[in-house]
Amino acid sequence: MTVVVNGEPHVAAGPMSLADAVALLTAAPTGVAAAVNGEVVRRAAWTSTQLSDGDEIEVVTAVQGG
Amino acid sequence: MDDPLLIAGESFNSRLIMGTGGMPSLDVLDRALVASGTELTTVAMRRLDPAAAGSVLDLLAARGIRALPNTAGCYTANEAVRVAKLAREALGTDWVKLEVIADERTLLPDPLELLTAAEQLVADGFVVLPYTNDDPVLARRLEQAGCSAVMPLGSPIGSGLGIRNTHNIELIVESAGVPVILDAGIGTASDAAIAMELGCAAVLLATSVTRARDPELMAEAMRLGVAGGRLAYHAGRITRRRYAQASSPPAS
Repeated sequence: MTVVVNGEPHVAAGPMSLADAVALLTAAPTGVAAAVNGEVVRRAAWTSTQLSDGDEIEVVTAVQGG
Repeated sequence: MDDPLLIAGESFNSRLIMGTGGMPSLDVLDRALVASGTELTTVAMRRLDPAAAGSVLDLLAARGIRALPNTAGCYTANEAVRVAKLAREALGTDWVKLEVIADERTLLPDPLELLTAAEQLVADGFVVLPYTNDDPVLARRLEQAGCSAVMPLGSPIGSGLGIRNTHNIELIVESAGVPVILDAGIGTASDAAIAMELGCAAVLLATSVTRARDPELMAEAMRLGVAGGRLAYHAGRITRRRYAQASSPPAS
């Protein structure tokens, strides 16, 4: 299964949750939000959200701007 | 004098809202934010970069400054609504500085997309602070849509051209029932003072501080400019006269 995390393809050997995808980028996800195929997923549902082949995941945080 | 800024029922002692883009380092940003006296500061939402050093959120939290996420870089209502929802989830705030721009060259707001996004976000429970054109009609439509403030530009983002149409800003202030926050175009402290003298409730600025030769010093200048302009607004300026009026009694 291949998912795209912040534009980068990631090949997963087995089942992968949204929490696993976020963990690829950061160990301390405070101030972080995630979306799967454009739909924002509440943090409480990250672990129970199973990813499917081809899913596009966006993981964002606040940066300097504005 | 006790003169708090009220937005959506929240009270702020400072009438200077800061942006954080363009600072050379987090350390300079930190010193400038402290010098500005700001209590509310914008941040942008971007893909998480695992290599990024330091966090603007940690800095704001350490200083007790509230983070105001923006939708900078969005060109459509759909994009802006999506970014606002991401920001709400990431930062745990339903406040958003709504930006929907039309093109990269001018960074001017796209009025139709802006209003559409504002309506959707208000319906979804957001406290919407829209960056808008200096158009009194659009400002009124945004207020009618339920926005908690209107934030007209003085001139294009980052241009430092000051307030190009003071008359329109006055018209917006005159009829608005929500705070009017002058957003974008401020070049130096006198521009911030003029915005406050025109009756704006607050000023939002970034570039004029972040790209100043000495950002910390300019941040202090902006704090004083905003405070001075606000006092002058309350004090009431004199009427302009065509000819002189002696300020000393006549020599008999």
